[in-house]
Amino acid sequence: MAGSRPQPQPESLMSEPAAPIIRIEGLHKWYGDYHVLCGIDLEVAKGERIVICGPSGSGKSTLIRCLNRLEEHQRGRIVVDGIELTGNLRHIEAVRREVGMVFQHFNLFPHLTVLENCTLAPIRVRRQPVAEAKAAARVLLERVRIAEQADKFPGQLSGGQQQRVAIARALAMKPKVMLFDEPTSALDPEMVNEVLEVMIGLARDGMTMLVVTHEMGFAKSVADRVLFMDRGEVVEQAPPASFFTNPRSERTKLFLSQILSHTGVPKNHG
Amino acid sequence: MTSSPVHSLQDRPPVPGVGPLGWLRANLFNGWGNALLTLAILWGLVSVVPPLLRWGVFDSVVTGDAAACRAGDGACWAFIHEKLLFILFGTYPHDQLWRPGLVVLLFIGLFTASCDRRLWRRWLAPLWLAGIVAMGVLMWGGVFGLSAVEDGLWGGLPLTLGLATVGLVVAFPLSILLALGRRSTLPLVRGLSVAWIELIRGVPLISLLFMASVMLPLFLPAGVTVDKLLRAQVAFILFASAYLAEVVRGGLQAIAKGQEEAADALGLGYWQKMGRIILPQALALVIPPLVNTFIGFFKDTSLVLVIGLFDLLRTAKTSLSDPLWHGFYREAYLFIALIYFAFCFFFSRYSRWLEADLNRSRNH
Repeated sequence: MAGSRPQPQPESLMSEPAAPIIRIEGLHKWYGDYHVLCGIDLEVAKGERIVICGPSGSGKSTLIRCLNRLEEHQRGRIVVDGIELTGNLRHIEAVRREVGMVFQHFNLFPHLTVLENCTLAPIRVRRQPVAEAKAAARVLLERVRIAEQADKFPGQLSGGQQQRVAIARALAMKPKVMLFDEPTSALDPEMVNEVLEVMIGLARDGMTMLVVTHEMGFAKSVADRVLFMDRGEVVEQAPPASFFTNPRSERTKLFLSQILSHTGVPKNHG
Repeated sequence: MTSSPVHSLQDRPPVPGVGPLGWLRANLFNGWGNALLTLAILWGLVSVVPPLLRWGVFDSVVTGDAAACRAGDGACWAFIHEKLLFILFGTYPHDQLWRPGLVVLLFIGLFTASCDRRLWRRWLAPLWLAGIVAMGVLMWGGVFGLSAVEDGLWGGLPLTLGLATVGLVVAFPLSILLALGRRSTLPLVRGLSVAWIELIRGVPLISLLFMASVMLPLFLPAGVTVDKLLRAQVAFILFASAYLAEVVRGGLQAIAKGQEEAADALGLGYWQKMGRIILPQALALVIPPLVNTFIGFFKDTSLVLVIGLFDLLRTAKTSLSDPLWHGFYREAYLFIALIYFAFCFFFSRYSRWLEADLNRSRNH
């Protein structure tokens, strides 16, 4: 699929269960004495779009950072694309090749051009020929609508443009799963939409996505499942329709009332 | 740019007093304090510069012998003229002086070539390797019909440049490894790096040189000797590597954690991550302290005179001990100071240019 758009996978458009690409069982993590993740169980099917929300400190970022071992877990199992994440460096690198990540603060490489940012890993890690990697990167930059900036340095772009480059950089590795760690929280408000549009396009094309975000509009329009996390646990998970209209736990209700009143969506206060 | 002409005229910053008089008033005489300071500096210049010019230029003796020099009031550049070859090349055999001369030119050529950043990725390392081998062949000889010259006879500028350059070329990569080692998560690697850096930093260079020249032979079995020049060179490399390692570590510390995470998340291995992402940024950040250390280290090579090597400073001192030309200290030291200055100044200008060049395209 060099340079071509991934074909939409028909089964992902329906919520029909496919083989799980991520399996998490009894996941625990501590920072020192602080228990960040307290027993998470989660299965993600191929092509599924999951939005994870929750108050800050609830462990949602830590959870997705465990999936490519940017954070080490201390108990439980994580299996990604059939590979279990342990201390084995070969396994970790194999998983990282298949899992793309987009960060809150973009983390583009400031000393490389936009194009070099997108070709570095394909050339060095995937051993792709240089010309092929460049062509593929240009296609991706076209897709995130930033092709004309290919030869600029990240510092010369706006936040929204940088984040779109970051998405293209992750996609250049042709990952099977994309992790988004609050991709729009560091952006100025007028740039949020350009990034969300790219993410929505990606979801339409059938990418498996785990998105930590407070953009409830995004959750409503593309998520197959919304997870609500609080104090290191998954408190509630449901399709967006029932999650937003009919939350079951009190903590979810409280969180939703806070989030929605702040984002200006009309909501009655008790 | 697109505003109307009327606007752009009015939006110009206010122009300060024009003309040389306006400039003088704005820069040198704005207020009593500055006016006094300006006058004091002018007086200082007037009382220092003319006598200096008289000594160094107008009354100086450029050619002639020691007697002519002693008769005059000015500087005796004839002394430098007479001793030039000895100061520059030490006790190297007289009929072979073209060899160290060529080596100095090679050094200058290599320094100049290294300024071109297009050569860095591919050509810099092989270029220097070839250059250093060629210089070794020229200096030692013994092959290609060159007569053999043992390194005890080397001296002057080639020795100074050689000690400094070989020292830096070896110590710099070593210092990068030490800096990475000090941040490693492997306890053994980290412990060894910390021990190396702290042990060597805690000892003055001069005692390291004494250790290399006096103590090391005591530990070696009888009959085994290590060349004196090589021992000094190793001492220098150890010393420079420890200092440079801390400079490099400062740069590594300044790189945001997100850079490493992004490289990790893309599946880059440790050496790819360091070599392509972290180090290029970290080293660009520490160019000023790196060059500071380079320059200090270049001048520190003059300390090898304490273990009997004939570097540039030692050859100048030795040339003063000629009973015929006794007493022309000022000229000798001024001359070698100029040589040191020329190299250090070149270094510092180049580093400033490099910094600007690296920053031009990327606004962090």
